[in-house]
Amino acid sequence: MRSPATPTGRGWSVAVFVLVAVVSLPVLAVASKLLVPSAEVWSHLAGTVLATYVANSLWLMLGVGVCVAFGGIGTAWLVTMCRFPGSRTLEWALLLPMAMPAYVVAYTYTGLLDYAGPVQSGLRVLFGWHTARDYWFPEIRSLGGAIWVMSMVLYPYVTMLARAAFLEQSVCVLEASRTLGCRPWRAFLTVALPLARPAVAAGVALALMETLNDFGTVHYFAVDTFTTGIYRTWLGLGQPAVAAQLGAVLMLFVLALVLAERISRGGRRYHHTTGRYRRLPQLRLTGFAALAAQVFCLAPILLGFLIPAGVLGLWAIEGGAERALAGEFLPLARNSVILAAVAGLAAVTVALVLAYALRLHPRPAVKSGVRLASLGYAIPGSVIAVGTLVPLTSVDRVIADMAQSTLGWSVGLLLTGSIAGLVYAYVVRFLAVAVNGVEASLGKVTPSMEAAARTLGEGSLGTLRRVHLPIIRGSLLSAGLLVFVDVMKELPATLIMRPFNFDTLATRTFTLASDERLADAGAPALAIVLAGLLPVMLLSRTIARSRPGGSP
Amino acid sequence: MTDGLVLDSIGHDYDGVPVVKDVSLQVRPGELVCLLGPSGCGKTTTLRVAAGLEAPRLGRVILNGQLVSGGGVHLPPELRHVGFLFQDYALFPHLDVLGNVTFGLRSLSDAEREARARQMLAQVGMEDYARAWPHQLSGGQQQRVALARALAPSPSLMLLDEPFSGLDKRLRDQVRDETLHVLKSTRVATLMVTHDPEEAMFMADRIAVMRGGEIVQMAAPEELYNQPRNAFVASFFGEVNLLEGVVRQGNVATALGNFPAPGLGEGTRAEVLIRPEGLSLSPAPEGEAVVLTARPLGRSSLVHLRVERAGMAPCHLHSRLRSGTAPAEEQRVTIAVDATKAFVYPIPE
Repeated sequence: MRSPATPTGRGWSVAVFVLVAVVSLPVLAVASKLLVPSAEVWSHLAGTVLATYVANSLWLMLGVGVCVAFGGIGTAWLVTMCRFPGSRTLEWALLLPMAMPAYVVAYTYTGLLDYAGPVQSGLRVLFGWHTARDYWFPEIRSLGGAIWVMSMVLYPYVTMLARAAFLEQSVCVLEASRTLGCRPWRAFLTVALPLARPAVAAGVALALMETLNDFGTVHYFAVDTFTTGIYRTWLGLGQPAVAAQLGAVLMLFVLALVLAERISRGGRRYHHTTGRYRRLPQLRLTGFAALAAQVFCLAPILLGFLIPAGVLGLWAIEGGAERALAGEFLPLARNSVILAAVAGLAAVTVALVLAYALRLHPRPAVKSGVRLASLGYAIPGSVIAVGTLVPLTSVDRVIADMAQSTLGWSVGLLLTGSIAGLVYAYVVRFLAVAVNGVEASLGKVTPSMEAAARTLGEGSLGTLRRVHLPIIRGSLLSAGLLVFVDVMKELPATLIMRPFNFDTLATRTFTLASDERLADAGAPALAIVLAGLLPVMLLSRTIARSRPGGSP
Repeated sequence: MTDGLVLDSIGHDYDGVPVVKDVSLQVRPGELVCLLGPSGCGKTTTLRVAAGLEAPRLGRVILNGQLVSGGGVHLPPELRHVGFLFQDYALFPHLDVLGNVTFGLRSLSDAEREARARQMLAQVGMEDYARAWPHQLSGGQQQRVALARALAPSPSLMLLDEPFSGLDKRLRDQVRDETLHVLKSTRVATLMVTHDPEEAMFMADRIAVMRGGEIVQMAAPEELYNQPRNAFVASFFGEVNLLEGVVRQGNVATALGNFPAPGLGEGTRAEVLIRPEGLSLSPAPEGEAVVLTARPLGRSSLVHLRVERAGMAPCHLHSRLRSGTAPAEEQRVTIAVDATKAFVYPIPE
């Protein structure tokens, strides 16, 4: 069965072309800097900061990669393949740290583990130490600290994908290997793990993209990476060209990750051997083994979610909840919510047009166009900000010149530093999130339903309105929600592109923390985390449904 | 210009793979034409071309005297005023039965739409289910709602894509009968796709047998059954016994004797296809055949025979006889062949 392919649907192709051009412009703008490096800037970069950025970024990726792989595989294996008290709850609770932006975790641990924090103070009282010279304590604001903080919030990516992979393969091969005499551990190491490797690689790649995207943590911990470099060169040194150069180099890292993820995902297809679900051969753990499993799964939840959330709660109370409410909190929340809602709506609308056009015309050109427009998810927010500002400033100049020459008005820069520009950057960055959701949900409308509506006299737009939209409404809402929350958390692009004197919960959290007013940052940070819980709830519901052999 | 549907030399391909080659046919108002063939023969694509869901690469589609496809013209499906009944019925899950049937009625007032929809539902016997949801209906009920939905806007052409294949055998016969009566009473021109020859013969005024994207033979059901153009058509319309031989002096010699092969040259290899009901048996101690088994199948019995004739390899044949007339097993019989149920074709090189 094929979708209706009519030459009269040219409007959709044009819409796709225009949207893809607009959305991919920032990425292309930065990528083009890679092709025309100005030697002068380049040698300056290479001689000064580049080596540090590269080294720090590589160490960060290595550390986070190893940690999330280990934690993600371990937890996924335990909750899918073993049964122990609490394993069902842990299955979804393991995703809770996803609600935590890394920078918020960084702030809370700094508050806890700093010299002045409760942990070190407690130790000093306990052992009678007086100064920092009396004892050794790990410095949280370091590369190691950054690795630790990011691993704690990024491991769920691996857990999720590895879990799905274990579920897919378990029925077909694990039982077979057990009947062939493999002990559970051996079956895990020799069968399950190699089969899940593509999924794990994809999960690690996603976690590393987030690592490269991170700005708040590394900035606060003073670990110089590309994102902090781009921020500093743009806002501090006022050198957009150099910032774009740095962004281009950073994109090379991302490109390697995207390729790794694509290649490993391509392989995943071959692991679907059956669509049938049967009860999994689960290993029942008791006694010490059960306790060890519980500790292994609880630790990341505790460290990545419960403790930071508790600290935020305490700060919010300490900072005076009513004072916060009376003061700037409400305007900040309003800014964040409006911005995130507008961006979510825009992203879903664009995604809907792209996904529907792709369905109407599944041609290679449309397909690659949609993929190109979805590339933003891999590009760090700072790079997208730079890439967005470059074309926006040019457009602004043209507009200003035209207004000046034709109307005699001096309009200044209309788009740069405007809410519209910021929303544009968000759409570029998070469009993929919406496209994935919309594409999947359009599958609910069969090609023959589409064809039925057409033969009953509806055009392609009318069919979208009367058939697709009512059927996929719920999924559109979920897709919009995911974008909404991502925008709430987003930091680097917002910091670079926000209008003058415009603050959101995220930027305010950042500035308060930078000013060492951690306790005051509690309320806005907590609000971001609470919003972040929404998609986690959605995900956990999906997970409960996908549990084979379990109750429906 | 004529009313109804005219397909003129339609050709279509998917990604360079030809699926329909030079298909021409006509469906007149009130007529029901079947496209019959094995899966992948291009029949569904032909139907989609007629609906406007595909734009054909070659040829023209003319609907009620208006050119709707071909020569740079392509009228989209929503402007063709055709009804399409899908294999999976394609009811809209977010609308109830009434909502589904009124979907295509847009130019009327709300009251008129509902009246028209209820009238259509009554015609298919579903008036009590107007407020039911598609997922609450059985397969047969969904099929009837889909039929009412497609017929509600009074289309000038109905297109049916394997409309009964989702139903179990017993229900299928009933729904098929009802559908035929509804279509005939509305006098709409209908083009239907099926892979089931019995269904085609039941429904169609004329049948176009398709194979490899081409129409092999187009005729009334009786003609197709009794005068199939080639071995494919003959065997598609019912079981056949297959015998091979070489043409000698205008005849093909087989284990069942000589069959005239008019028009075939001396030495041509030929096949003889005989329907099982074309073989009648009479007991004879010196007969050339032995009855292996005789199975009653309700209205008829199927007899398995082994034919042994001097100088030829023994062969296995089936004979279909009226119930109660089958000979006993192990019995020797002679075979008489009804020449109107035997077909001779050259074997393609």
